Amino acid sequence: MEQIITTINRRSFLKTSALAGGGLMLSFSWLAGCKPKEAELLGAPDEWFDLNSYIKIGNNGLVTLMSPNPEFGSGVKTSMPMILADELDVDWKNVIVEQANFLPARFDRQFTGGSQGIRQGWKPLRTAGATVRQLLVNAAAKQWNVPAKEITTEAGVIYHKSTEKKAGYGEMASLAVGMPIPSEVITKDVKDFKIIGTSRKNVDGEKIVTGKPLFCIDYKEEGMLIAMIVHPPFGMKIKSLDDSSVRSMPGIKDVFVIKPLEEEYERTGFDTSSFVELGVIVGNSTWDVMNAKKALKAEWELTPEYTMTMQLWGRGKTPVTVPEGLESTEGHKAQMEKSSKAKGEILRRDGNPEAAFKTAAKILERTYTCPYLAHNPMEPATCFANVKEDHAELYAPIQIPEFISNTLVARLGIPKDKINIKIARMGGGFGLRSYGHHLVEAAVISQTIKAPVKLVYTREDDMTYGIYRPTYTATYKAALDKDNNLIAFHVKGGGIPEHPIHENRFPAGAIDNYLAEGWSIPSNITVGAFRAPRSNFNAAAEQSFLDELAELAGKDPIDFRLQLLERAKNNPVGKYNDYDPDRYAGVLKLVREKSKWNQPSANVSRGVSAYFCHNTYVAEVVDLTLQGNIPVIENVIAAVDCGIVVNPDGAINMGEGGIIDGIGNALYGELTFKDGVPDKNNFHQYKMIRQKETPRAVEVHFVKNEEDPTGLGEPLFPPVFAAVANALYKATGKRFYDQPFAKQIEKIPSII
Amino acid sequence: MAYFKLNVNGKQQTVDVDPATPVLWVLRDHLNLVGTKFGCGIAQCGACTIHLEGKATRSCILPVSSVENKEIVTIEGLSENGDHPVQKAWLEHDVAQCGYCQAGQIMTASALLMSNTKPTDEEIENAMNGNICRCATYLRIKAAVKTAANS
Repeated sequence: MEQIITTINRRSFLKTSALAGGGLMLSFSWLAGCKPKEAELLGAPDEWFDLNSYIKIGNNGLVTLMSPNPEFGSGVKTSMPMILADELDVDWKNVIVEQANFLPARFDRQFTGGSQGIRQGWKPLRTAGATVRQLLVNAAAKQWNVPAKEITTEAGVIYHKSTEKKAGYGEMASLAVGMPIPSEVITKDVKDFKIIGTSRKNVDGEKIVTGKPLFCIDYKEEGMLIAMIVHPPFGMKIKSLDDSSVRSMPGIKDVFVIKPLEEEYERTGFDTSSFVELGVIVGNSTWDVMNAKKALKAEWELTPEYTMTMQLWGRGKTPVTVPEGLESTEGHKAQMEKSSKAKGEILRRDGNPEAAFKTAAKILERTYTCPYLAHNPMEPATCFANVKEDHAELYAPIQIPEFISNTLVARLGIPKDKINIKIARMGGGFGLRSYGHHLVEAAVISQTIKAPVKLVYTREDDMTYGIYRPTYTATYKAALDKDNNLIAFHVKGGGIPEHPIHENRFPAGAIDNYLAEGWSIPSNITVGAFRAPRSNFNAAAEQSFLDELAELAGKDPIDFRLQLLERAKNNPVGKYNDYDPDRYAGVLKLVREKSKWNQPSANVSRGVSAYFCHNTYVAEVVDLTLQGNIPVIENVIAAVDCGIVVNPDGAINMGEGGIIDGIGNALYGELTFKDGVPDKNNFHQYKMIRQKETPRAVEVHFVKNEEDPTGLGEPLFPPVFAAVANALYKATGKRFYDQPFAKQIEKIPSII
Repeated sequence: MAYFKLNVNGKQQTVDVDPATPVLWVLRDHLNLVGTKFGCGIAQCGACTIHLEGKATRSCILPVSSVENKEIVTIEGLSENGDHPVQKAWLEHDVAQCGYCQAGQIMTASALLMSNTKPTDEEIENAMNGNICRCATYLRIKAAVKTAANS
């Protein structure tokens, strides 16, 4: 048991008039949909009581839990309420889950990204649940005139055993509302969890399989118009829009140019707006606007170099210069090769790497690259906005409403508490929906036309708008002494427009002489967070390099890593090593056991990889075969340490998805450019992994412990790139340094 | 603009639209059936899959003028109570992550099982290959199709 001081989420108990009687929820009744079948057993209550921001209890015992974080498929709308429900001590079948609106005054952190939902929600959600449980207990104690500490609860029922009194939560809810909030509450022991650690199905599952309107793109209201954008290539702006032929097209209301952000606006890292101006077409129906978009003639001109002031994390107010020019992949490659040869910014230095390399018996140096990637969530960017003189309503797929709400305040000139952002279930996000440009655009369009509007991107708009995974490269160099000990390690990484290096991650800390450098090249092609940012390249490069290094040292790749981790544990180099060597070693040992590493099947080629990012440790083994020049992934075995697993089957689903997504991007993912234009704009050109390329089986195993939980949306994704590369080496005898791999396998003549 | 008589989920409906309008947008914008999703607009992702005369068909490139009096079934009409064997199997395997593509996946899977009640793994992979799931829930999709086939 743990005593928790409730002030850590006291704001969740603040009462606002808007919430009385659940009015806010009902004001958007279109979203309410149908409730889960099981809950219908109890029927609708006559009255709801708001116990805190997260929890409403009906007089019949039905419980509504508000899920604070935006849902983009990682399962937080199920798993976060599970945490609340367990501490509240209610029966899951009597729970309805609803998506909370963006309400910063009521919720601590409505943020989906960085695999942090469960990790950062763990304590606040447990406290909120336990506090409401205590309020109900205190209400019963008062009502029954018995000491609160003699009262127990189970599955939504309150008991006082010695007097044989019992009452449902619904019966005590009205009394509990007025009780003083206890200054401390007790949360459960891990062994007493009844919901956490058991598999619960997606709370929106039935709505999804029956096609209910869950997504922003499905939203509609009376008088709502449809808007679409046209944008120039990167590095260009609108010279003119010839709208003469378009205005008279059926259903078209207006054509104009908007400036999503004002020049003087001080941007944050999430105010990424790829183009200075956008052309906008507004009309009655999607098809009308799509036709006009095709017919609209636009002329572009070069955007001169410009400088923005940005507020960047850890760097404060920073001027960022966007260069002029039409960029191409060919030019990027030449620039990156040149920068790779120059010195970078020194990020970390231990010992004397230069001297150690001079004494080496063997040196291995390899360079790795990865291309830009588009996120390609299945739902293209979309947002509903209805902006009035003094208030605004938005409904949007957005991972981090907080960041863009500040931008909206500045851009619309409307105070924050008058901008109501409702959070839609996202049709995928993968980092892209951290950036709220579509909200700003929809709001500016609505403000311009003075009407409710739904902005809809076409697939082509979504794929060519920017905010890509950057292109990166890194050169790794390592020295072995005559006994094959790793005595020096040097990584120099760079990219456009940022470098990927995490200087304090493994193998830093395990090597006496270590050097990490980074460099970057500015660009007008916008980039952003993509599932496990930077890690998705680092893991691929570093874990491929360690595989080759282990081979050079004549060591088994798992043993080689375990020996380095042993060193990092017993005699770490440096103070800032960003990992726990024991937990890192734990997943390697588990994957060794589960994959039967020492008795591999004779027919497959296998590779291993391990990585720690987003607070979770993962090791993966890939078994593959080649059918001609086509890799067939037979099996993937993953070992994961994310502490307590809140929703095991949901966690496995997330793991399977991360692994298969990683295999797809490792083999096929690539976006290149010519003269500022992406060379792919839809799925006929951009190859996504599909059913036929899916591994025959994926196993996800969890290390069992009682550590506080960490996230799973990202950590299983990065290591699989290298596990694939290392298995491909076994199959082909060739190392794979440049992503994507599939087109290189096709070029190997000897396999055919 | 022209009037078209449509048979959607067993109901006769009349719409007044441009004859070239894809069925996807007639369903979504004019008939308020938004379960059928827009993904690519060029029949490459499968999110817009409906049943046309019992066959899985991409509605995003299907002009409304070509479907008059033909039987259209959308995800909303697959079953009355969400209890089609494929829908039930999808819930049993808890397939969905973001959920956006799943209506299209379910419509493709249910059409497959109408023409082939016991598909092999290879037949399932071939039939489902046109439907992208960006969350990559492919293993569960395949398992759910098998469960539905056995039910």
